[in-house]
Amino acid sequence: MRYAKPTTTAQAVSLLNEEQGISRILSGGTDVLVQIKAGMLEPDLIVDIKHLEGIKDITLEDGGYRIGAAVSGAQLGEHEGVAALWPGVVEGFELIGSTQVQGRATMAGNLCNGSPAADSVPGLITADAIARIEGPDGTRDCAIIDIPVSPGKISLAKGEFITSIYLPKRPERASDAYLRFIPRTEMDIAVVAAAVSLELDVDGVCIKARVSLGAVAPTVLLVETAADCIVGTKLDDAALEALSVACSAVCNPIDDKRGTIEFRTHTAGVLAKRAALIAYGRAGGQK
Amino acid sequence: MKNIHVSTTINGDPTEFICNPDESLLDVLRNRLGLTGAKEGCGTGDCGACSVTVNGRLVCSCLVLGVEAEAAEVETIEGMANGEKLHPLQQHFIDGAALQCGVCTPGILVAAKALLEKNPNPTDTEVRYWLAGNLCRCTGYDKIIKAVQSAAAEMRGA
Repeated sequence: MRYAKPTTTAQAVSLLNEEQGISRILSGGTDVLVQIKAGMLEPDLIVDIKHLEGIKDITLEDGGYRIGAAVSGAQLGEHEGVAALWPGVVEGFELIGSTQVQGRATMAGNLCNGSPAADSVPGLITADAIARIEGPDGTRDCAIIDIPVSPGKISLAKGEFITSIYLPKRPERASDAYLRFIPRTEMDIAVVAAAVSLELDVDGVCIKARVSLGAVAPTVLLVETAADCIVGTKLDDAALEALSVACSAVCNPIDDKRGTIEFRTHTAGVLAKRAALIAYGRAGGQK
Repeated sequence: MKNIHVSTTINGDPTEFICNPDESLLDVLRNRLGLTGAKEGCGTGDCGACSVTVNGRLVCSCLVLGVEAEAAEVETIEGMANGEKLHPLQQHFIDGAALQCGVCTPGILVAAKALLEKNPNPTDTEVRYWLAGNLCRCTGYDKIIKAVQSAAAEMRGA
């Protein structure tokens, strides 16, 4: 295994693009170093991207925030601006691992690890966040929903890597929330997860919503049919019930020791309902 | 595999070492630098026995490559006491019998110190969540939480 520490994105791209063997990006390392240790992965080249300019920065851009690909969970959680604008994204990411893991783990890494149970991904999808990707053909922007392909697989081409994730600006009376089910209180992988982002009008009527589910299909899902159930409502019981049914309807989970198909399908609806209520309250909605 | 030369600072001391690119910071500390306070429990970032800080951030040194320590500031348990004088956390762990076998203790002390620097007056719940990544199979945690709280009280008074 060779270790490279490029200082420009061009260097990083050419290292990744020219490598004939297996290459991996090293940012927080909380997935990739575990995989190497477990013998699941034997890379020929590790490209440490933490020395690229701006890669550890959180910058205000057009009313939203650009989060560098090497920003850790600890750093993101301490940023009051991001936590105020996108609390659901931040709370999802902060649920990952321990304090120690948060000291290193990154959102871009969580996304690129390709897990359907990745805690930061449903929030990023409901936020309509955009990944900025550098590669042999230059720079491109890609919606988060288009990055995961299947468990452990993402859509980035050879030589490409994410340099930042952009969380867009949002109007007043808008917020989001993320909930997951785990059988303990900390340090576990989501059995089921739901994120809801919504926008209210002055009367507290939901005028825009996005709903996402984690760990109930091979990739994190964006559930437009569920969002449609709450748009135009004040999240009354009937709307929430419809949201819950719509969420359960799209679930296609695995059956394992951590949760049965039946349990995951049911719980997805329950969590979506609860996350919608939290987001509604955060957006200033009165129940 | 080509060895890499690394210049770093450990507990305030400029330090140089040579390591393989796939060698963890934990292995470098223990096997190359003789700093055996950090322990290898799981080796996968679950148990926290290898906790150190890198540039002020609490991390598992088993999930950091040795080469990543280049130009960084690393703090380990060996830098916690001031000469012969124990840190209040160390003293309260002894006084309160907050350890039995002791394998998890260096990691818990490093993690608790990082917590008190950020939050000098945590609630029990905050201490428990902060230390959720530090597993102890002996104590049942109660005495650990109490020792952290008594050290925090002493440090606030100091």
